[in-house]
Amino acid sequence: MIQLEGVWRTYPMGEGVVHALRDISLGIAPGEHVALIGPSGSGKSTLLHILGCLDRPTRGRYRFEGREVGALPDGERSLLRRNRIGFVFQFFHLLPRLTAQGNVELPMLFGGVPREERKARAARALASVGLLARAGHRPDQLSGGERQRTAIARAVVMDPAVLLADEPTGNLDRASAQEVMGVLEAMNRQGLTLVVVTHDPVLAGRAKRVVHLSDGALADPPAEA
Amino acid sequence: MAPLDLLGFAVGALRGHRLRTALSVAGVAIGIASVLALTALGEGARRYIVDEFASLGSNLVIILPGKVETTGGMPFGGVTHDLTLEDHAALARLGRLRRTVPLAVATETLRFQGLGRSVPVLGTTAEYLEVRRLRMAAGSFLPPGDPHRAGTEIVLGMKAARELFRGENPLGQVLRVGPARFHVVGVLAPRGPSMLGVDLDEAAFVPVGTAMRLFNRTSLFRIVAEVRIFAEMDLAKAEVLALLRERHRAEDVTVFTQDAMVASFSAILGALTLTLAGIASVSLVVAGVGIMNVMLVSVTERRAEIGLLKALGAADPQILLAFLAEATMLAALGGCLGLAAGAAGVRLLAWVYPAFPAAIPLWAVGAALTLSFAVGLGFGVWPARRATRLDPVAALARR
Repeated sequence: MIQLEGVWRTYPMGEGVVHALRDISLGIAPGEHVALIGPSGSGKSTLLHILGCLDRPTRGRYRFEGREVGALPDGERSLLRRNRIGFVFQFFHLLPRLTAQGNVELPMLFGGVPREERKARAARALASVGLLARAGHRPDQLSGGERQRTAIARAVVMDPAVLLADEPTGNLDRASAQEVMGVLEAMNRQGLTLVVVTHDPVLAGRAKRVVHLSDGALADPPAEA
Repeated sequence: MAPLDLLGFAVGALRGHRLRTALSVAGVAIGIASVLALTALGEGARRYIVDEFASLGSNLVIILPGKVETTGGMPFGGVTHDLTLEDHAALARLGRLRRTVPLAVATETLRFQGLGRSVPVLGTTAEYLEVRRLRMAAGSFLPPGDPHRAGTEIVLGMKAARELFRGENPLGQVLRVGPARFHVVGVLAPRGPSMLGVDLDEAAFVPVGTAMRLFNRTSLFRIVAEVRIFAEMDLAKAEVLALLRERHRAEDVTVFTQDAMVASFSAILGALTLTLAGIASVSLVVAGVGIMNVMLVSVTERRAEIGLLKALGAADPQILLAFLAEATMLAALGGCLGLAAGAAGVRLLAWVYPAFPAAIPLWAVGAALTLSFAVGLGFGVWPARRATRLDPVAALARR
């Protein structure tokens, strides 16, 4: 489903050039649960942004569901993000002025889904993360775990092919982290492709496949891990 | 994205920052209110003048000695004939004119016992009363009869009578104007101050024949004629001109109609109103810059939100529209409030000064609303474009 071939990502930085990603080739099959692990600055977030069509590779090919998407125009990439890709962030990124329900409805709002259908689908998505009872609460009335579960409901409400999670438990206590990972893994069992970025080896260990990144390149697992 | 959803999203964003929203709305509201208030003042002045003319009677033809118009002909052309009582008599025989009134004007000192008062003295005839639509408070106006007759009657304006006689009944009293003696036959009802010409409340009226001798004048100040049928104004004017040209063997008088004066005053004051509106719209531009500032702050502050919307698949045009909708709503809301405030202000003015017909013209209402809309749209474009240009990765990186 996801195929990267010789992907580089470089940034100009003053006189020189920073290599955030070096020659990454990686394939992810539908329904996989992959953990991207590496120390901070290893390029794992950059890789996730490229996978999520938020960033473009400087060099190399990226095929998503068989389409070459690295060079698609912005409008098409927006559609791809809207319909095929779900994001979960470390800091939740819920809009504080909207209720949980309103936040989950956001992608459908920009997708032009009619109001009634929006409500029904948001309610189903909230129910799937066990938060239907909290639908009318605003983010500041929810716990950290509840906020992240709301964000997961928002990420899956458009029924995407892949869910990309960037340190989804990095801001949560252990119990909430367990809860959130439980929800993500349950969705993975139902066929959703899951890519989780983390620097926590314990969390990475729950994935069926672990990809190590070091200094922008794929690496073998470190000996001491 | 449905338009209603777009508006809903924008309203939500505005409600999230109540104080900021309120302040920029207030900015636009003040701008719109001042445009409306100043326009109403200008329009009020225009109406006041037009009404003032109308109260003089709109079917008047006014004849002045001398040619006011500049023509291509002789620069110091010919002799200007006096406008005389004979001219008046000839005009009075024209069938299209109902009444003709000669006028001679000078400022003279009225003396009664020890008191003296300098007032405009108008020499005229009995018909002046009807032509100017005046009413008597006491006694009667000048008696009808031959204009040449050297009568000694005098009629006083209310203010002149009050100040000269100090509570005494002026009727039948004798007062002096220069060397001549007059006896008071009537006092005019007060007419209120007039913005045009002399204040009739402080004037005095004497027979025109007496006045010409008293002022030592050979020419009348003007002749005012009332046309029988309003539709025949132009015909009557042409007849008057033809008659006087024949009598003077030259075109040496100026004839104008009240209509023409009303029209030109109205045009001048209309331009004044537009100028005032233009000055006031500067405040709208200031309000627009305020909106731009608020929107720029908003874009900077909501970087994470914009990044999120992009990650969720909002296309650039949708983000542009969402921010434009916010800016436009700020301005439109301000426009409506400003309209209400302006209307209230004008209502208050009308209550304090009932005589001044201040009113907001309909075009100003339309223009104010359109303007506020345009301000929101125009000053919202730049911030909205900045929002769409944000790099989502960078925008999401910060909390």
